[in-house]
Amino acid sequence: MTLPSGARSTTGAPRTVVITGLGATTPLGGDLPSTWDALLAGRSGIGRLDEEWAADLPVRIAGQAAVDPQAQLDRVEARTLDRSQQFALVAAREAWRDAGLGADSVDPERLAVAVASGIGGILTLLAQYDVLRERGARRVSPHLVPMLMPNGPAATVGLELVARAGVHAPVSACASGAEAIALALDLLRAGRADVIVAGGAEAAITALPIAGFASMRALSTRDEPEAASRPYDKGRDGFVLSEGAATLVLETEEHARARGARIYAELIGAGITADSHHVAAPEPTGAGAARAMALAMKDAAITASDVVHVNAHATSTPLGDIAEAQAIRTALGNATDNACVTATKSCTGHLLGAAGALEAAVTVLALQNKTVPPVRNLDDPDDDVSLDVVRMTPRQLPRGVALSNSFGFGGHNVTLAFRSNS
Amino acid sequence: MTEQDILNGLATIVNEIAGVPVGDVTPTKSFIDDLDVDSLAMVEIATAAEDHFGVRIPDDDLKDLRTVGDAVAYIEKAGVAV
Repeated sequence: MTLPSGARSTTGAPRTVVITGLGATTPLGGDLPSTWDALLAGRSGIGRLDEEWAADLPVRIAGQAAVDPQAQLDRVEARTLDRSQQFALVAAREAWRDAGLGADSVDPERLAVAVASGIGGILTLLAQYDVLRERGARRVSPHLVPMLMPNGPAATVGLELVARAGVHAPVSACASGAEAIALALDLLRAGRADVIVAGGAEAAITALPIAGFASMRALSTRDEPEAASRPYDKGRDGFVLSEGAATLVLETEEHARARGARIYAELIGAGITADSHHVAAPEPTGAGAARAMALAMKDAAITASDVVHVNAHATSTPLGDIAEAQAIRTALGNATDNACVTATKSCTGHLLGAAGALEAAVTVLALQNKTVPPVRNLDDPDDDVSLDVVRMTPRQLPRGVALSNSFGFGGHNVTLAFRSNS
Repeated sequence: MTEQDILNGLATIVNEIAGVPVGDVTPTKSFIDDLDVDSLAMVEIATAAEDHFGVRIPDDDLKDLRTVGDAVAYIEKAGVAV
């Protein structure tokens, strides 16, 4: 394998990328430790939408953030940020602190950001459309555009950390958060930055997106919030819309070791493919997803037998869960049964553009703590899912490689490969 | 409405929008240079002032309102009917 000259560290070895900081705000908790504890306990973050605007919707459950981001931010700071940007800022500050970084810790020209959002500032867009209709053009906020643009969360994090090596926001629907992390891996390997804050943020719990997803028949219509997200269960009937953000501090191993940083795990590979089959439905055999996993393993220079764990995309839709289960078996082949599988959306719901980032963070914690959280609500496993799915209680995990899958409308497939820290 | 009433009202608006302490909003202060109000916040302040004082501040006039005192005088003049 030939690498561009920039892909070699000063010692001449290919650049290794490590995770040194994690942060999240989710329906399970206002930070990552509380989210992790809730996952291990199998708690649900899904609740009823009692608000008036939801009264006539066909779906009235969602995973609202456990902690309002405005409570974690300064009032003036929060008022010019869309809720998705507020989530991103909260999660990025946590990850930055967690990595032991402060102001001036990293040369701004060697610091980049890759923070995605699947939808962007839709709450701001809709609220300002009401202003336009009710009060006229002159009353539309001058902050509308920077609050609604899908690169808004990335820009907010970049400004906060003074990142000048590039601020990116790859958009690939529900694979966006994972694609941001895959992009960060490429940038770090290519020598374009030493440290990258990567992840995703989403805030789209409002009537219009819920109505749109419901019209696609993509959402669960079950009237028991905590039982609605049930990946791999025979009774699953769609995903549950959630909100929040997750970010990871990624850096070259050389940079991390030079500053004596704690290393959670290595990011050893990524695979990105597209189905080009249908804009929303997964390719039924899971071929594109399987290829993403195979490419991630190839990129990581590992074999299927090294894989001890898969954090599945598994959103609790009838078709998607089966296609991915088949894809995992295709990609891992005879080694499939060596890998225990979890589906943390059973507890968190689906954070759309933040989902891949949150699941990457959870996968890293699973490797570090050698523990895999169980799938909630898996009472009656689907006969078509022949995987070693973790149920009821957390499972002990040996050291090794873990894959995290994320797929998105548009046929996007992204797999990230992490390895236990050596 | 007295000049002091206008200053107080404007200070509340600037505080609400830009987080500047009310006591710092004094007539000689420049919005941009002293109070760190950016161009977007300035538009918001003008809109809020229009609503609060019942005046209209066209963009051509807004660009001339450099200091808090400029704004108070403009509102006082424009709002004679208030």
